[in-house]
Amino acid sequence: MSDVAKFLVGCAVERMEDARFLSGSGNFADDLAVDGMLHAAILRSPIAHARIMSIDASAALAMPGIHAVITARDIGDAIPIIPLRLAPLPEFEPFRQPVIASDKVRYVGEPIAVVVADSRALAEDALETIGIEFEALSAVTERGASENALFDFAEDNVALRYDAGFGDADAAFASADYVRTERFSVQRHTALPMETRGLLAEWNSSAGRLVVTGATKVTFYNRRALAQMLGVREDDIDLIEIDVGGGFGVRGEFYPEDFLIPFAARKLARPVKWIEDRREHLMAINHSRDIACELSLACRSDGMMLGLRGRIFADMGAYIRTNGGVVPAKAAQFLPGPYRIPNVSVSVEAFMTNKTPVGTYRGPGRFEANFFRERLIDMAATDLGIDIAEFRRKNLITEQELPYPIDGLVPYEGPTSYDTGDYVEVFERALKEIGWHEKRHLQGKLIDGVRHGIGLGCFVESGGAGPKENAAVTLEKDGSLTVAVGSSVLGQGLETVLGQIASDTLSIPFDRIRVLHGSTTLLDEGFGTYHSRAVVMGGSAVLDAATRLREKILQQASNHLGRPNSELKLVNAKVVADNGASVSFAALAAGRELQADGTFSNDVRTYSYGTHAAHVTVDPRTGAVKVLDYIAVEDVGRAINPAIVHGQAIGAIVQGLGGVFLDHLIYDDQGQLLNASLADYLVPTASDFPVLRAVTLELRPSPSNPLGAKGAGEGGIVAVAAATANAVAAALAPLNVEIHHLPLTPPRLWRLIKNAHARAITAA
Amino acid sequence: MKLPPLDYICPATLTEAIAALAAHGGNAKVIAGGQSLIPMLAFRLAAPSVLVDIGRLPDLKSISISAEGIDIGALVTWRDIERDARLAQAHPLLAAAVAHVAHYQVRNRGTVGGSLAHADPAAEMPGIAVTCDAMLTIVGSNGTRIVRADEFITGGLSTVLEADEILISIRLPLWKKARRWAFEEFARRRGDFALAGVAAFYDTDAQGLAYNAHIGVIGVADRPMRLPGVEAILDGRRIDAAVILQAAAVARDAIDPADDIHAEAAYRCDLLGVLLERALARAADISLSEAA
Repeated sequence: MSDVAKFLVGCAVERMEDARFLSGSGNFADDLAVDGMLHAAILRSPIAHARIMSIDASAALAMPGIHAVITARDIGDAIPIIPLRLAPLPEFEPFRQPVIASDKVRYVGEPIAVVVADSRALAEDALETIGIEFEALSAVTERGASENALFDFAEDNVALRYDAGFGDADAAFASADYVRTERFSVQRHTALPMETRGLLAEWNSSAGRLVVTGATKVTFYNRRALAQMLGVREDDIDLIEIDVGGGFGVRGEFYPEDFLIPFAARKLARPVKWIEDRREHLMAINHSRDIACELSLACRSDGMMLGLRGRIFADMGAYIRTNGGVVPAKAAQFLPGPYRIPNVSVSVEAFMTNKTPVGTYRGPGRFEANFFRERLIDMAATDLGIDIAEFRRKNLITEQELPYPIDGLVPYEGPTSYDTGDYVEVFERALKEIGWHEKRHLQGKLIDGVRHGIGLGCFVESGGAGPKENAAVTLEKDGSLTVAVGSSVLGQGLETVLGQIASDTLSIPFDRIRVLHGSTTLLDEGFGTYHSRAVVMGGSAVLDAATRLREKILQQASNHLGRPNSELKLVNAKVVADNGASVSFAALAAGRELQADGTFSNDVRTYSYGTHAAHVTVDPRTGAVKVLDYIAVEDVGRAINPAIVHGQAIGAIVQGLGGVFLDHLIYDDQGQLLNASLADYLVPTASDFPVLRAVTLELRPSPSNPLGAKGAGEGGIVAVAAATANAVAAALAPLNVEIHHLPLTPPRLWRLIKNAHARAITAA
Repeated sequence: MKLPPLDYICPATLTEAIAALAAHGGNAKVIAGGQSLIPMLAFRLAAPSVLVDIGRLPDLKSISISAEGIDIGALVTWRDIERDARLAQAHPLLAAAVAHVAHYQVRNRGTVGGSLAHADPAAEMPGIAVTCDAMLTIVGSNGTRIVRADEFITGGLSTVLEADEILISIRLPLWKKARRWAFEEFARRRGDFALAGVAAFYDTDAQGLAYNAHIGVIGVADRPMRLPGVEAILDGRRIDAAVILQAAAVARDAIDPADDIHAEAAYRCDLLGVLLERALARAADISLSEAA
């Protein structure tokens, strides 16, 4: 048994999950196998926009080993529609996605039929024999193509427009010494978790019950949605969460297959398994980040920011899925960032195209917004002749100004304020870490054939979404502890973190704690994992449950030892009285069940914050960028496990650098996805960016939860494009190159350099 | 992404393998390491009715160095080449090029013969074969024939291999000591297919003038190719900065790549020039002060 004399919260405890994963003992969706299990494959639309005239599955049905071909006709007259889980603005309702295409397909990859067979290979063989007659329609692949409406009821392809803001931006711009407007964009890409989605659905005909294994993220919400679609009671469905190989926002939302596979299992009264292959993954899972922005900044000549105007244009793809308008809304909300900008006006236009629908991906909207704003800040500072660090220092919100309200930027949310922090101190720390004062003279310098650039990016990041989370803790008869929580585990180390919290509260050795998570069988209600909320909400709920159990243990021990609670202490899985008498937890648990429920309700968001700095070189002849040094500094309030937070930060930086340089879902003007394989969709691997550093600070705890924790899973990604693109721009500034658009591929940088050179020649 | 239905046979001898290929006409496909073929099958871009696995054929796994040249069996993997300490001296250009091939897992299974028969225009091995005038030994129902590398590859992913033929080995001419050489390629990530690549070598006479220049390029056309115009500039010259810049300019104009999702054509042309400059500078051991 490990010693519990010292507290585990705040320590870099080794993850309890690691032995399981490193020894290959994890249990992931594709590990699932039960007797009589059938396999499903989905027939997906090969074209972006068409009417379905007929479907002929007779050849498929005649093949050996094929049990069913399910199309919209088999599902009934009313095709279930996937609900809006977040940002449920009424404007989006008509654009929601049906679980299967019936009359029209609107993106390459949209499900048209489900083949269920004895094996996945047989199912794929059958897919090839299904004949579909399409009447092709013009594909809409960009904004403003209003002559081809995707939806018959709509006049154009704009699903939503709104304006929001605070202060008086018009007046600020009218009176400003300096104004600059630029257009920026971030390319469509996706999160690419290592494990693709997968489900096993088992229907018990006699009991009328359904068990779906492989669920995650928001299992209780998804169960409710599935129950309504299937017309069964919520209680008759169990959604079971097993190991999950990464979520990053995209995994675990309610997708068409989350209905289709259970439906097939019920229809056939057989277990049905489906696992997404990588090709379908790239065309089926939520895409993200596809946002353009026109951003204007108004300043005084001394660099004080007076006003910000932003117009966000978001390509939502073919349907509005569960995340509603979160991506563009957050892009708009986080345009001002950690700066004192008294007058802000934002507008959002969410438009539909014949592409895969969009959803949230780690740091949704923030990655984009920080890139837009931090780029414009560098341009403005340069125009005004102000050092880029000094410009930021001057405008960062000071601690005295906190809490700092940012009300009115999101129409479906109430008032909110940046909570606590010392933005300037963290900024200075990042400058020190990157060696800004020693290295700033390198900006744009050509040394050994490459140009150097150092870029900065500041951010503030919300986390810890409400409304609540639940947990239950049980002292087992052997004295071990079982923790159950409504939060989902997606590979981020939450089991360990919750174990640390429970261990400290109850003085139970860490290795005597088991953490159960996510499944709908564990608790009456759970709220899941997104918006960096699992520690803030789930951790606080576990703390509450453990604190209540502690009281019960003390009461039980008091009876047992005949001493008052005030004379008792919990020490290493025992209750010890001042007089030296003691009783073990196991002995107490043997007598009666010791269990406690806990909950944490809170609608106040946490705001972590920080600064990233990047030092890059650019080979101006090839466009190749090397990241020489990268530092991310973030104040997360309190790090329950600094090693895990550090891992989150480093992983997030790598993922963010993928978004800057590599990840790109490329469509042609027919709406064909051109790179639906990992040969062509480039993603960073563990060895691509070897020099990354992260500093996690605990300067100002969150006042909104008893742990003092702020969300820590997304701050590592949200400023990566900002800092890195600024570094690349600084490197190329002597060549008169500006950076507005991601990804920064070698051919794109080469083209920018060529064009700038051609302009210079023309001008001369 | 499951393979289409197909049969699999694993013959023990070359004769049996060729007989099997002949028996299935064009519907059989040779498989060795499977690093290109299996993904194509999984994507259902290829649908042979039978795979003939040559993985157990004897005598195709050796690298031998003799007075005639360097003979590499079709089943030699990238890892085998990497581990063969003789090649750093015996054929440094080959060793340098193969260092760029793919990632660990692929390097353990991918074969020299497979890469040549697949004939990807951006692959290193076909590029080295063409650059070095390699001779390829092919065995089929009608016997054995030997084909020069540039005649072996007839276009993008296409070769002179008949349906009943197997590429069994490649011979690279002996490498001269003191030969000047370099290999340069540019890929988005290490191990990815090159956006462009250059294999270059030349010998020098007593006066220090270049002769026997061989310049091969990959990733810029539908197949690897030599650039005779560039070679003509180098032969008979002392390789200095002016010659290198002239050669690079000719190289840029000598190719006509297509735009694709990875790069516009003009980028590939310019990139090739840059890579050639760098390769020749390294070969000549001079430093070019690159103006940017």
